[in-house]
Amino acid sequence: MSTPLLFLSVFALGGIGWFLGNRRARASVEGKTSRLHSRPGYYGAYVLLWTTLPAAALIVAWAAIAPLVITSLVDSRLPEAVRSGPEQTRTLTMSAVRLIEKGFSALSPEEFEKTLDPATDIKALLLSKGVPLAVTPEPYAVDAARYQLTLKNSSRVLITISALALALLGLVFALFQVGPKLRSRNAVESVALAGLLGCSMVAILTTLGIVLSMLFESVRFFSIVPFTDFLFGTVWDPRFSAAGASGSSGGEFGLLPLLWGTLYISLVALLVAVPVGLFSAVYMSEYASARVRMTTKPLLEILAGIPTIVYGFFALITFGPLLRDLGASVGLSISATSVLTAGLIMGVMLIPFVSSLSDDIINAVPQSLREGSYGLGATQSETIKRVVLPAALPGVVGAVLLAASRAIGETMIVVLAAGIAPNLTLNPFEPVTTITVKIVSQLTGDLEFNSPQTLVAFALGLTLFVFTLALNIYALYIVRKYREQYD
Amino acid sequence: MATETGLSARSIREATQARIAKRYAAERRFRAYGIAAILFGLVFLVALFATIFMRGYTAFLQSAFTLPVHLDQGAFGASSPPSENDILMADYTKLANRALFQVLGVDPGNRQDAKAAAALLSAHADTRIRNAVQADPSLIGKTIELDLLAHGNVDTFMKGHFDRSVPEGRRQLSDKQLAWLDKAAASGQLAKHFNTGLFTYGASSKPETAGVGVALAGSLYMMLIVLLVAVPLGVAAAVYLEEFAPKNLLTDAIEVNINNLAAVPSIVFGLLGLAIFINFVGLPRSAALVGGLVLALMTLPTIIIATRAAVAAVPPSIREAALGVGASKMQSITHHVLPLAVPGILTGTIIGLAKALGETAPLLMIGMVAFVVDFPKTPLDASTALPVQIFMWATAAERGFVERTAGATLILLAFLICMNVTAVVLRRRYERRW
Repeated sequence: MSTPLLFLSVFALGGIGWFLGNRRARASVEGKTSRLHSRPGYYGAYVLLWTTLPAAALIVAWAAIAPLVITSLVDSRLPEAVRSGPEQTRTLTMSAVRLIEKGFSALSPEEFEKTLDPATDIKALLLSKGVPLAVTPEPYAVDAARYQLTLKNSSRVLITISALALALLGLVFALFQVGPKLRSRNAVESVALAGLLGCSMVAILTTLGIVLSMLFESVRFFSIVPFTDFLFGTVWDPRFSAAGASGSSGGEFGLLPLLWGTLYISLVALLVAVPVGLFSAVYMSEYASARVRMTTKPLLEILAGIPTIVYGFFALITFGPLLRDLGASVGLSISATSVLTAGLIMGVMLIPFVSSLSDDIINAVPQSLREGSYGLGATQSETIKRVVLPAALPGVVGAVLLAASRAIGETMIVVLAAGIAPNLTLNPFEPVTTITVKIVSQLTGDLEFNSPQTLVAFALGLTLFVFTLALNIYALYIVRKYREQYD
Repeated sequence: MATETGLSARSIREATQARIAKRYAAERRFRAYGIAAILFGLVFLVALFATIFMRGYTAFLQSAFTLPVHLDQGAFGASSPPSENDILMADYTKLANRALFQVLGVDPGNRQDAKAAAALLSAHADTRIRNAVQADPSLIGKTIELDLLAHGNVDTFMKGHFDRSVPEGRRQLSDKQLAWLDKAAASGQLAKHFNTGLFTYGASSKPETAGVGVALAGSLYMMLIVLLVAVPLGVAAAVYLEEFAPKNLLTDAIEVNINNLAAVPSIVFGLLGLAIFINFVGLPRSAALVGGLVLALMTLPTIIIATRAAVAAVPPSIREAALGVGASKMQSITHHVLPLAVPGILTGTIIGLAKALGETAPLLMIGMVAFVVDFPKTPLDASTALPVQIFMWATAAERGFVERTAGATLILLAFLICMNVTAVVLRRRYERRW
């Protein structure tokens, strides 16, 4: 049986188990369910869990381990010359074996018998099944493929029998335990609790997955390009990956121009977002009536809900050309994709990130501080400038840092509005490029996972991840520390 | 002395008043800055929506010729009734052109004119006629009125984006073609119709037959996968953290992780999907399944945070009452707390889905920047997504695609607005204050 079908049959058995457990529980107390320790459904669930869980675990474990065992067994069948030969011939042989085996599995039993005859043209036979081989395979490769196919078949038979047997065993075992004394609710609930814990571990697994996958690929990249060349290089010129060639292929992977572009655009964005966001927050929390606040706050938050691709499109089609024409009318040459275009648009996107969080934080400043200031004769704006904002400062800094981490990780706006030329320039009217833009451009199109041109994307991603993670942790630390003061 | 004091008193008063006036002016300025900041945001919002609407609404109309197409028996081979293969292989472009020449008054013998006139029809015209014939072979031999899509250049002309003052040699349409078009438009045989193709077609190199249908299907698959993966996982994780988790190092680690995942750049999730789901697990590139899984992982923190808030808002008295009648903790949660928290969970889920629907960057990493013409039949088929389609059109060179991009953006925004409004309505209607 194939693995999905096997799973299905195990779960079907589980369903039968649920029904039987339920019925047996009712029968054991002659229908007076109040005499049971748990409600009858729990007995059903108890049997179901015993039927499915061990068998499912076995299937999963088998699916993980069996291929490894089979590969090593087949490997041991190959002639000594191949096994001790260079890495490349070995992988070539193994992929040939895999291909032949794939062809073999499509053969009918009679045709398969024929392959034992050395006179048969295996290449032609497999071609008729839609498996093209480059060369006539070596006899030992055919032999290994046949061996692999046999192993796979017997492995499948073995797992089918043992999984079904285990499921039945669990069913019978649990069914015999069912009785008024069995504390099935406790057992079922502890399994459910373990399931809940498992679900919450997904968050940790995701982070782990991100870190490990980035590290793994980055290490491969740094084995080709020296770490210092990447981190301190001032030239970004990856070239194209030469087909099939691994090892150094002439490109230069300097991070600095990309990092500069990223930081420059983020700086421009923050120069827009921080004053606008902060003033909006101050006005909404200190001056505006409840009604104005109720309408403007959600309206401003729409800005954060608009997909960034829409901002990017707006910048590309309307805002960039507008800036260029404006610049031309006062004698400035502004490129349509430039630091300024991307930065301004991104700044608008970030306004609600600054304003909403600052608004909450300003609201959390206790009223007594304001009243003390009014009592000394300060006007409202003086109170805000001299009392409220200093009290809220750590929280506001946290909000700004969070906005900065958004800006650094933002992709679609810069892809469409910042340009693609790596440029170490101070001029905001020129195009620059960012880390995220280069990740996108290195990974779209045909990929070859051995070339530094592709792997560099993971090194860039790791840089990005580390940067934003540090900013986030620092921002959360500041915000949290501040919040504790008035609670 | 007295006068001196009086003088100084007055000067003090004047000085004070001047200072107060200055302070009040500063107060007014400060207030004005606040209003200006809010207005800046709102004006930008309006400008953004207005420009996209102005550029995009025309995409919902498409120019088409209404032509009397004569389905000449001769075009379908000798056998009568024609075989299926004859119907499939017939030269429909010729039939369409013949009808067009007749309407425009073009002499089919003049090859230059005929070529120029034929260029006004979209290459899609033959598919349109073939579909009509395949649906009803009895039409053969008759003349039927059909709406046939005009070429993208004609569409640009009909929508008034065409500049006649440009010298003829550098225009997409010649003077002769313009004269024909004016004639056809005046007689009503060339007109703009509602563009259903925008919603049903897939990727195309010609703007008039490019649509978001296939992209919508891909997005739909991904949203389904996000729902199926992220909601159960997120709700389970939130219930554990809010109701069961002991305060220890592990739960602290989980909480820190969830907060961080919420702020990890989306493109990093794309890299994760590429490295784990495609390279390690071996799922196909461009598949909606991979996109859905990546988006599900991104949406997870949103759903967890929303569910935790909703569960925490259910008052302890409910739990205690359930425990008091003999329910276990798990029963009190599944039977009482969760049903009461459903509105909050739903709101969070919808907002998370809306965010996932507009996400582009991670999908670029897993190869969804693909020219997909056919509807994906399973989540494992190559597909693309609505925002990715917008990205691809935004970088396309042809004039007709700008309008398509804005149109697709409008569709995306309409979806997002609907989802967010639903979330707000749900919250308003079912939110309970305890």
